[in-house]
Amino acid sequence: MSVKSTAAKPRTPRTGTGTRGGAKRRGGTGEPELVQLLTPEGERVQHSEYSIDLSPDELRGLYRDMVLTRRFDAEATSLQRQGELGLWASLLGQEAAQIGSGRATRPDDYVFPTYREHGVAWCRGVDPANLLGMFRGVNHGGWDPNENNFHLYTIVIGSQTLHATGYAMGAAMDGTDSAVIAYFGDGASSQGDVAEAFTFAAVYNAPVVFFCQNNQWAISEPTEKQTRVPIYQRSAGFGFPGVRVDGNDVLAVLAVTKAALEHARSGQGPMLVEAFTYRMGAHTTSDDPTRYRLDEEREQWERKDPILRLRTYLEKEGLADEAYLAGIEAESEALGKRVREAVRTMPDPDTMAIFENVYADGHALVDEERAQFAEYLATFEEGH
Amino acid sequence: MATTTMTIAKALNEALRKSLETDAKVVLMGEDIGKLGGVFRITDGLQKDFGENRVIDTPLAESGIVGTAIGLALRGYRPVVEIQFDGFVFPAYDQIVTQLAKMHARALGKIKLPVVIRIPYAGGIGAVEHHSESPEVLFAHIPGLKVVSPSNPQDAYWMLQQAIDCDDPVIFFEPKRRYWDKGEVDPTAIPAPLHTAHTVLDGTDVTLAAYGPMVKVCLEAAAAAAEEGRSLEVVDLRSLSPVDFDTLQASVQKTGRLVTVHEAPVFLGMGAEIAARITERCFYHLQAPVLRVGGFHAPYPPARLEEEYLPGLDRVLDAVDRALAY
Repeated sequence: MSVKSTAAKPRTPRTGTGTRGGAKRRGGTGEPELVQLLTPEGERVQHSEYSIDLSPDELRGLYRDMVLTRRFDAEATSLQRQGELGLWASLLGQEAAQIGSGRATRPDDYVFPTYREHGVAWCRGVDPANLLGMFRGVNHGGWDPNENNFHLYTIVIGSQTLHATGYAMGAAMDGTDSAVIAYFGDGASSQGDVAEAFTFAAVYNAPVVFFCQNNQWAISEPTEKQTRVPIYQRSAGFGFPGVRVDGNDVLAVLAVTKAALEHARSGQGPMLVEAFTYRMGAHTTSDDPTRYRLDEEREQWERKDPILRLRTYLEKEGLADEAYLAGIEAESEALGKRVREAVRTMPDPDTMAIFENVYADGHALVDEERAQFAEYLATFEEGH
Repeated sequence: MATTTMTIAKALNEALRKSLETDAKVVLMGEDIGKLGGVFRITDGLQKDFGENRVIDTPLAESGIVGTAIGLALRGYRPVVEIQFDGFVFPAYDQIVTQLAKMHARALGKIKLPVVIRIPYAGGIGAVEHHSESPEVLFAHIPGLKVVSPSNPQDAYWMLQQAIDCDDPVIFFEPKRRYWDKGEVDPTAIPAPLHTAHTVLDGTDVTLAAYGPMVKVCLEAAAAAAEEGRSLEVVDLRSLSPVDFDTLQASVQKTGRLVTVHEAPVFLGMGAEIAARITERCFYHLQAPVLRVGGFHAPYPPARLEEEYLPGLDRVLDAVDRALAY
C-alpha cells in the first residue's frame, strides 16, 4: 500500500487545514475544513497536503475490512440483545476512522485502544471473538497485547493516552523507528490525563499519534460540552501539529494517519489527528440516544456513510462487480456465524480464576483467601 | 562497598545506584530528581552518572508520571517513580488504582507491571499542609499492589532493590523524618524476603507492631518500659501488603497482648486489620483486646501541633499500661 505524503519535513502546527491548506473555513457553518479524498457521493478529490494512490486490491481490501467489521459489530449487538453478551459498545458509523487508521500502522507499531476499537483490532489481527470475552463477562480483556501490538481495551476514559506516551518514550529510547497510536474520543479530550499525555509527548518528543475519533457524542453530551475550539486545534498549545480529517472517508483517514505516523517515527514528535465522524448507534447497548438527539441528525450522517461511499466509488471505477460484492457478503455472514458460535460456546471461567493473576510474584493474602474459599466450596461438594 | 554506617537517604541512593548499574531497563522518573537530586536528595548524583534517559526529570503532573511509567513498563522498562510528597500522590491515584494495580489481571497474566512508586511519607518535619500524611492503607487496600516501608538503612538498601526486582507494582513508603538516621548497611548480606516482618526486640509482656517511622518510637518506648521492669517485644512489619501475620501471630501467642502503632488515623488503619486478623488467629492466647495507637480522624494538623498529634513514647506506653491492666 503506498501513501504519498508531504509530511516528511518538520512542520509548524496547523491551526487549520483547508482543502488548499491554511485556515479556510466553510462558508456559513463555522466548521473548519477537513481533509477529504473521497466525497460522500463517492467522488475522488485531491488535497494539497495529503494524497493517496492505492491499487485496486488495496481499495477492495479496505472495503472488505469495513464490511466485515460492521457485520461483526452487528452480530455483537444481536448477541447482546439475545442475552449472550452483557454489554456491547458499537462502532457503527466509525468504520472508516478505524480501518483507515488501523491499516496505516506497521506491525511493529503499537496501538492503545479505548473499548470501541473493534475495527482497529481487526486490522491488527486480533481475533474478533477474543474481543467479546469482556463483554460476555468471562474476563476483563485477556488477549496477549504483545501478540499483535494491540493493548487491552481501556475503559477509564483517556488513561491509555499516557500509557501510549510512555510506551513511545521507551520505543524512542530503544532507538527504534516504531510509532505508537493512542485512540480516544471527544469526551476523553476533557480528561486531565489526555492533557498530561499531550504535555509529556511534547516535552519528550515521543513518537505517538493521538487519534481522536470525534463521534459528536460522549454518551448524551455533545462535543460543545467538551470544547470551545475544534479538538484538533488543541495540540497547537502544546506545540505539535493537529489535523482534522473526514472520519467517514477511509482514504483520507489512511493518508492522514500514515503521514502522522511517519511524522512520529521520523523523530518529529507527536501529532494529533481528529477524525470527524459520527456514532450512528447508541453509546452502548445500555444507552437510549432518543432521549438526547434528533433523528434528523442521524439521517444527515447516514448520507455520509463510510462504506456506501467507497462502494459507490468501487462500482463506478469497475473495481467491484456483483460477484465480488456477493463474495464479501458471504464472507461476512460466515464471520457472523463464527463469532456467534464462538460466543455461545465460550466457557465460564473456573471459580478459582478469581484468585489468578492478581500478582505476578504471588501474595500471601491471596494464597490464604484462595485456600479458605476452596475449603468453603469443598463443603458443598461433599454433600453437606 | 564494605559494611558502612550511612543514613537511610544514602542507603536509598546506593540502592538506586546499584539497580541502575545492574539492570539497563531500570529508569528513575520524578519531579526535580535530576540536577537537584530530588527535594530530599535521594537521587543525588544519579543523573550525572547515568544520564537524562535513565534519571528523568518529569513535568509536574503525577498522573502523567505514573501513566507514562506504566507505558514504559509495557515496553519492558522497570520504572522507579518518585512522588515528591505523600500528599501529592492523589492525582496519580486513578492511574495507580484503575490501571497499574489491575493491568496484570486484565491481561490474564500476559503482561507484567514492574513499577516502583517511592513516596516520602508521614510527619515530624514541621512542614506545611500535604507534606506529612500517611496514606498507606489507601494503597494496601488495593489488590494488585504491594506496599512496603523500611525503618532503617539496612532495610532501605535491600528492600528498595527487592522492590525494583519484583514483577509487581510496589508502593514504597519512605519515612521522611528518618531519612537522616544512621545505621549499618552490609551490602554483602543475604537479605530476608521482602514481605517478612522482623522482630527487632524480643520481649515477653506486650507486642508492639509498627512500621516505618514508628519503629524507632516503639523501641524507645520499650527501653523506657524496661526501666519499669516491663518486657516489650517490637515487631517491624516492613511489609503492609502482604502483612507477615505468621511472625506477628508467633509473637502475640508468646506475649498475649498486642498494641499497634502508626501515624495514620486509627479508623480503618493498618491497626484495625491487624487487630481483626490477630484476634482470629490468637483468640485463646489474648489476655487483652488488641489496642491501637495512631492518628486522629482529623486532617494532619499544622506543624505547631504535630508533636501532640503524632504518637510518641508516652501514648505508646499509655496503651501498654491499658493492655496490661486487663
